[in-house]
Amino acid sequence: MTSLSSNTLSRWSTDELLCWVLRGTAAIAGTIVLLIVAFLIVEALPVLHHIGLLRFFTDPSWHPVEGLYNLTPMLWGTLFAMTGSVLIATPLGILSAVFCHYYAPPALARPYRRLIELLAGIPSVVYGFWGLVVLVPLIAEIQPPGPSLLAGILILTIMILPTITLMADASLANVPQQYVRGAAALGLPRWATIRGVVFPAAKSGLFTGVILETGRAIGETMAILMVCGNVVQIPTSIFDPIRTLTANIALEMAYALGDHRAALFVSGLVLMAMIVALALAAEWISRGRVYG
Amino acid sequence: MYRFIHLYRLRMCASLAAFLVVAGFGTPESAPAQTITADPLSGKLVITGASTLAPLIAEIGKRFESIYPKVRVDVQTGGSSRGVADARQGLADIGMVSRAMKDDEKDLRAFPVARDGVGIIVYKENPVQVLTDEQVVAIYTGKITNWKDVGGKDAPITVVNKAEGRSTLEVFLHYFKMKNTDVKAQIVIGDNEQGVKTVAGNRHAIGYVSIGTAEYDELQGVPIKLLSVGGVTASTETVRNGTFPISRPLHVITRTPPVGLAKAFIDYAQSKAVHDIIKQQYFVPLVD
Repeated sequence: MTSLSSNTLSRWSTDELLCWVLRGTAAIAGTIVLLIVAFLIVEALPVLHHIGLLRFFTDPSWHPVEGLYNLTPMLWGTLFAMTGSVLIATPLGILSAVFCHYYAPPALARPYRRLIELLAGIPSVVYGFWGLVVLVPLIAEIQPPGPSLLAGILILTIMILPTITLMADASLANVPQQYVRGAAALGLPRWATIRGVVFPAAKSGLFTGVILETGRAIGETMAILMVCGNVVQIPTSIFDPIRTLTANIALEMAYALGDHRAALFVSGLVLMAMIVALALAAEWISRGRVYG
Repeated sequence: MYRFIHLYRLRMCASLAAFLVVAGFGTPESAPAQTITADPLSGKLVITGASTLAPLIAEIGKRFESIYPKVRVDVQTGGSSRGVADARQGLADIGMVSRAMKDDEKDLRAFPVARDGVGIIVYKENPVQVLTDEQVVAIYTGKITNWKDVGGKDAPITVVNKAEGRSTLEVFLHYFKMKNTDVKAQIVIGDNEQGVKTVAGNRHAIGYVSIGTAEYDELQGVPIKLLSVGGVTASTETVRNGTFPISRPLHVITRTPPVGLAKAFIDYAQSKAVHDIIKQQYFVPLVD
């Protein structure tokens, strides 16, 4: 009896302890995000105070040393690069996961999966360097100058491809086997099974994959900085160089002073706002439809 | 006005052997804003001024601290004008100025530590050998957009510019009397190495980088070529003797003739012992 009651007691206190540890870690994670936002706002405040938020969208150009702070072209640059790469990477990634699961012989599927995992582990600066010395000169042959929105989209596509492929792969693996067998028993062909049974069953995982890859595409800095040309302009073709918000911060932070530096924190705030918008959009789209 | 103060706090762990070296110097006389304790060559040295010089002086400061463990070197940026103002008012022991001294600054003692030169680079096989200043301005402002207009092949020029805030950009614009808003660039880059790689990867590009970087990379076989400016070859040699036009001296300044800790630091910053740091930062040492 004694041992039983002490056992119960100890289990209860372990639960209690675990609960507090979890609360603690959750609080830390939440606080860090809030602290970062607070820090961004505090650092950006001087320039917001001087010139107001509106001028970041109405100024004629981005020349912070001369007091011109237009962020709009970089906002578009980020959006274009992100949209382009997500549009290419998503079908590629999902279809390659389908291939891996339902079409490839196991002897091919295993090494293929390892290869994709390897792709996910390559640091972004390596992609950037490869883009700079291989991809950019190639594009320059077609249409000078070379560093361009196209180069950025291609590099980003390669970088986010493993994210969506691995997520899609994992969610396809989670589709209950009896669904697939049931479809086979009904005499459905393979592609019809995939389209009509597997995709609907796996859509929440696929959707999460898309959100993750989009987040990565927005946040990517180093590779983009090296291949995009970093000219602040709204591109008129995919061969025009662009600058993204992340590249803007990385490029100018080291030597920025005063209002210029604060303006870069405003770029950070805008970037943060984009991520929040993405999270909200994901929440809104998925509400009761994907996860439900 | 909101003035941002960037603080490089430097502290190196003590090395016992260095105490012996400390004994070799005399007792410093008192200087403004300099805390002097009983031990010679100890205390805090406040250095403020040009952001171009700050990383170099900070690195020199680190090594200085490792030799004299009781010394702390505080390097803060805020521009050359802050360096002058702080040295004058005694807010800093030493000021940093990344340009030639002006006539109304004759009251200050200036000590050159290095020179900074900016060279124009093109792809190695570009047939263009020389560009006049007017041609460079026309290329950078978008008035000339094809190499054939300056004696090269029929190919569009890719103009490589630097990101805002970089001192190389400042020196370049100052020499060619341009504003950054006038520049029509196809590529904007960050540091010098990125500039070299960009030009090496694009045979129709023109860019400008620190001469130290370009010369080093050219020696390593990177396919770039430094163009001469105003008839003067671009090399660390012509930067050092001051004949290369797109260059500037980097000074540290004091209000009174330096004594004690400040003198020791300035002597050290001008000595051969820091030439490797100067080259690492892509500047040109003064003497050999």
